[in-house]
Amino acid sequence: MPVTGAPKIITGRIGHADSHTLERYLATGGYDGLRKALAMTPEAVVHEIDTASLLGRGGAGFPAGRKWAMLRQSPVTYLVVNGDESEPATFKDHLLVERDPHQLIEGVLIAAYATQVSQVFIYLRGEFALGLERVQAALNDAYSHGAVGNDIFGSGFSVDVVVHPGAGAYICGEETALLESLEGKRGFPRIKPPFFPAAIGLYGEPTVVNNVETMSNLPWIVLNGGSAFAALGEGRSTGTRLFALAGHVNRPGVFEIEMVKTTFRDLIHAPVLGGGIPHGRELKAFIPGGVSAPWFGPDEIDLPLGQDEVADAGSMLGSGSVVVMDDHTCAVRASWRITKFFARESCGQCTPCREGSGWLEKIMERIETGNGREDDLDLLLDVCDNIAPGLTWPPQQTTICVLGPSIPSSIGSAIQMFRDEFLVHIKEGGCPYG
Amino acid sequence: MSNAAHPTPVDRPRSKGGPAPALTHLGGATATRARELIALYPEPRSALIPLCHLAQEQEGWLSPEIMADIAALLDLTPAEVLGTASFYDMLHTEPVGSHLVSVCTNIACLLNGAMELLEHAESTLGVNAGGTTADGAVTLEEAECLAGCDGAPCVQVNHRYVGAQTAESFDQLIADLRSGARAAEIPTHGTLNRVARTTGLQADRDQIANERAAMAEAQAQRAAAAKDTAANKAGA
Repeated sequence: MPVTGAPKIITGRIGHADSHTLERYLATGGYDGLRKALAMTPEAVVHEIDTASLLGRGGAGFPAGRKWAMLRQSPVTYLVVNGDESEPATFKDHLLVERDPHQLIEGVLIAAYATQVSQVFIYLRGEFALGLERVQAALNDAYSHGAVGNDIFGSGFSVDVVVHPGAGAYICGEETALLESLEGKRGFPRIKPPFFPAAIGLYGEPTVVNNVETMSNLPWIVLNGGSAFAALGEGRSTGTRLFALAGHVNRPGVFEIEMVKTTFRDLIHAPVLGGGIPHGRELKAFIPGGVSAPWFGPDEIDLPLGQDEVADAGSMLGSGSVVVMDDHTCAVRASWRITKFFARESCGQCTPCREGSGWLEKIMERIETGNGREDDLDLLLDVCDNIAPGLTWPPQQTTICVLGPSIPSSIGSAIQMFRDEFLVHIKEGGCPYG
Repeated sequence: MSNAAHPTPVDRPRSKGGPAPALTHLGGATATRARELIALYPEPRSALIPLCHLAQEQEGWLSPEIMADIAALLDLTPAEVLGTASFYDMLHTEPVGSHLVSVCTNIACLLNGAMELLEHAESTLGVNAGGTTADGAVTLEEAECLAGCDGAPCVQVNHRYVGAQTAESFDQLIADLRSGARAAEIPTHGTLNRVARTTGLQADRDQIANERAAMAEAQAQRAAAAKDTAANKAGA
């Protein structure tokens, strides 16, 4: 079944043209979740999120409730919301910040109350100019409404929220790099341990970092109960999730889908979802969870959209973005462009990533342009092996953060699945797809 | 805030007191907004990137003089400002045209003709990616993913989405930018966020500290009560 009867938990409002306004938000139950949360104890709110078993929607899939539980040992100073959405082909948070900023703010306030934090920063990628305006306008309205600021809704709980713009750097989506950036520095990831944000975060204080989509789920969970959320989906993958579908599909877009109950085939081909591949072409390959994820071929199309199911098949659901490539796609060109992205976005701290990504891009480019050498495939895999020894999944790490070990995914997949195409490029000096 | 485990350059005392630094290039209203932004953060340096965006509203880029002003406002050295600014794609240490046209060529756009669109843009504008047209109207940039993949190939002008573009619609877009036909929707390069924060936190730090202390005590009491209940149950 492509679409189950699951409720639209976080996209229910976006059909309205004025979904970003306080008027529409209040007319559709807005801030009721916050009012309910403020009448509960903070522990009870955390318990609901625990019960919901909400997995973080940023890419790593760490349970949000458990993340907060780690913080309960000592007081938390800051809550930071990660809206630096930059994983290629991921555009779900873009939708949430532009189309339903109050839902994000309400979720943030619930999280602040649950963790007893009085200072929140919402870090949005700088390229979201309209999103920055929408969230700031919503925040201004929320202050006027009494939902943010001093003694919110007369609860005796005060909290301040600041919208902070990024300035164009993929690496700032990594949470410790984001904190460095928020401190006004270059986006260099910090070494973990000791710099786990929960222990040593923003300004060295305990900090909780959560993704925009994760936060946006909280109003519904508090209103409807964690068990109602956990009743959706299957296994560890509870609730619904946003999937961003792009590439060679008739209907690219963001779809809210109940976890596990829907397959990649449904997502790509169902008329109400992806609507199939244009021009009657066949599927060649797809990337199941952002360009850091290893690729899947047509054989994996019946896998369900579930975190563990995809992980067990050797890739990851990651940021929930699915890229479809039809049978006219050049695998060399596709993986070269992804490699170029990583080379450009490597922050430069760690040698394997900084040097490796540059070498990989150069080798990939010469193959793509018809100047490849016979031993280039071995050389590519050798450089990849230096970044992520053994080329296993999940990858081994020789670097401070996971950007480096993500680089081999597309190269390894492309060579493994489409070795012949690389050989044609090298032997015939050009691309068979023109 | 000093933290021995994580010393930062911000911790070093730098200011010797005295009058506020004289700003040579940041205008009066901009300087006022800059000080309001700084006040939002526990540490002044956190306002560095917002201040760079604000400063770019003036001239579209960060000149050495402007960076010196930002450094003075934040009690940093100009090198520290440049060190951060040079890391980020959106912060420009060289002049930029009044319209920054960003063409994404990452995977989802690549699959939908982005390379061909970029080549068209280069030939029609007469500049390579990274270059600025002679009239200063347009700087063309090859961008990484802009999170607009359902409208591929994705193009932004001054970080505002203009939807998927064809060669024909791109030419019309450039004509509109040059004629000012889309000026209301797309402000000149540098203006990132036209909505200012209208309010701040009214509660003072002492009040927040008192609230937190009261809440922590209530939580401890509840935890102790729960423990008692559990002990009683175990005893019974």
